[in-house]
Amino acid sequence: MRSFPYFSRLSAAGLALALAALPAAAGPRKLLNVSYDPTRELYEDYNKAFVAHWKSATGEDVSISQSHGGSGKQGRSVIDGLDADVVTLALAYDIDAIAEKAQLLPKNWQTRLPGNSTPYTSTIVFLVRKGNPKGIKDWNDLIKPGVSIITPNPKTSGGARWNYLAAWGYALRHNGNDSAKAREFVAKLYKNVPVLDAGARGATTTFVQRGIGDVALSWENEALLAVKELGSGKVEVVTPSVSILAEPPVAVVERVADKHGNGKLAKAYLEYLYSEEGQDVVARNFYRPQSKTAAAKYAAQFPKVSLFTIKDVFGGWQKAQKTHFADNGVYDQISREGK
Amino acid sequence: MSSVAAPKPSAAGAAPSGGGPPVAAAKRKRHPSVIPGFGLTLGYTVLYLSLVVLIPLSATFLKASHLSWQELLGIFTDRQVLLAFRLSVLCSAEGALINAVFGLLVAWVLVRYRFPGRGFLDSMVDLPFALPTAVAGISLTAVYAPNGFIGSFLEKFGVQVAYTPLGVTVALTFIGLPFVVRTLQPVLEDLDKEVEEAATSLGANRLQIFTRIILPALTPSLFTGVSLAFARALGEYGSVIFISGNMPLKTEIVPLIIVSKLEQYDYAGATAVACGMLVLSFTLLLGINLLQKWAGGASRVR
Repeated sequence: MRSFPYFSRLSAAGLALALAALPAAAGPRKLLNVSYDPTRELYEDYNKAFVAHWKSATGEDVSISQSHGGSGKQGRSVIDGLDADVVTLALAYDIDAIAEKAQLLPKNWQTRLPGNSTPYTSTIVFLVRKGNPKGIKDWNDLIKPGVSIITPNPKTSGGARWNYLAAWGYALRHNGNDSAKAREFVAKLYKNVPVLDAGARGATTTFVQRGIGDVALSWENEALLAVKELGSGKVEVVTPSVSILAEPPVAVVERVADKHGNGKLAKAYLEYLYSEEGQDVVARNFYRPQSKTAAAKYAAQFPKVSLFTIKDVFGGWQKAQKTHFADNGVYDQISREGK
Repeated sequence: MSSVAAPKPSAAGAAPSGGGPPVAAAKRKRHPSVIPGFGLTLGYTVLYLSLVVLIPLSATFLKASHLSWQELLGIFTDRQVLLAFRLSVLCSAEGALINAVFGLLVAWVLVRYRFPGRGFLDSMVDLPFALPTAVAGISLTAVYAPNGFIGSFLEKFGVQVAYTPLGVTVALTFIGLPFVVRTLQPVLEDLDKEVEEAATSLGANRLQIFTRIILPALTPSLFTGVSLAFARALGEYGSVIFISGNMPLKTEIVPLIIVSKLEQYDYAGATAVACGMLVLSFTLLLGINLLQKWAGGASRVR
């Protein structure tokens, strides 16, 4: 082919041009925090606090980027090569997957930081319409006939799995740990669900904007945020007697952070979450803080509720996932019953 | 849409290569192409198609091949998966067929009539292309939900759109519309009005003109438009999940099944379903193409 020398000359020139166009890395050091959807406001707030803190401690300017999406999707992005220095996701299962499938951090990552690597927690509460017309106070009110419940699909939403587990844990406690009874309770509850949105924000929209359902199961931080953004005129938060301690964990993606030379920075970024300043930001953004001082300051925001952990009741995420949410698991079984 | 921007004939003939002047090239070969550089462009085409389509798709099949036959059989006999396939195919087909009728109407109006606001309408057709699908889904749901503008009206007649299979069809109709309209428009524009006038003068009535003159000319591009709309609808995720309600066994589409498998980090299972979808859409598109050839042949005989 006569055209080839010409072609290769052209492509060589193109390649050289492309290489020249690559900017030399300049400006402040960058850190990428890959998180899940509802933490957007939290980390916008926190990043400002941390950048100022780091500047005063070391004199260095850093720039922090956030990435948000469904927790599982974000986990897969990191596995597939998204350069996350730290991950702050909705459930340990997704960080476990990063450790297991991509070996980007050690399998015992959850022991690296205090409190199972969860600097902030939340729980599952109910969002009801103004004045609570159906009189919903606790989980057993949800399975009454005629109550319509909005909760996202636990198969596609990590956050929604906490909702399911919270209901299951309540039923276990009220039925002497009889798991057959718990299954029956949860099956009844999901019979009352008319729409299963794919993600948590979608479910909140369905409940608030579309006016569907009498009650929405929601993370406490999402519920409080919804009330704040809508004013208290439309919806109210009802805290049940018992609920699950939702633990959205954080971890340094060590292999990626080290490759970027960000090991120390990433560690400091997550550790600062546990500081009094960090805890204040956390509580201000409606997550329950670990620090007693912050908890006392924001006590009015977080009503007392008897909390159980996923570890105590379900033996951890791996087990819960396998039993309940894997294909043909308990959730699939109950959603196929009577259809 | 799909054909190259080159003038019609002789693309099949061996074209001269390289940057030599066309006149010199014409002396060497019997059927010179108007555009030079067959070798270069074919090379680019193959490279481009490999990078963009072939390699990602073969990776999909490769990943699915981690599964044993038994596991594959398990996936494709699962009731939930089968029902999702049924819903996806039926709603996509419905959407495409609705667009075949109303897309033709829209294209007709836009081409044949001049009226104020025509340009505005014309650009509105492209909106489903430009809108992020999630936005489309959310706004469609807002309108068709029981408390929405159209939904509240329909509810009086006992028709629920959002969170039912009907809602899925509505979303898929919405995203498919531009494919039909945009493939039909240029053909309609090229259609010679004098032929219709001649038919009238020979005593044909309006229905005859439409079925004998206009429709045969439009059939090939109508098929193309409908199959494009159909194919696009099969893979649509973003807009559908907001309006479908995602109820297991009732309103789950195949892409949702894929996502729920990915949520469990079941890459192999997800890609297996994806492969099933690929094979199915390929078969259906091939079928539509054959049908189109057959219809084209029939109309030419007449």
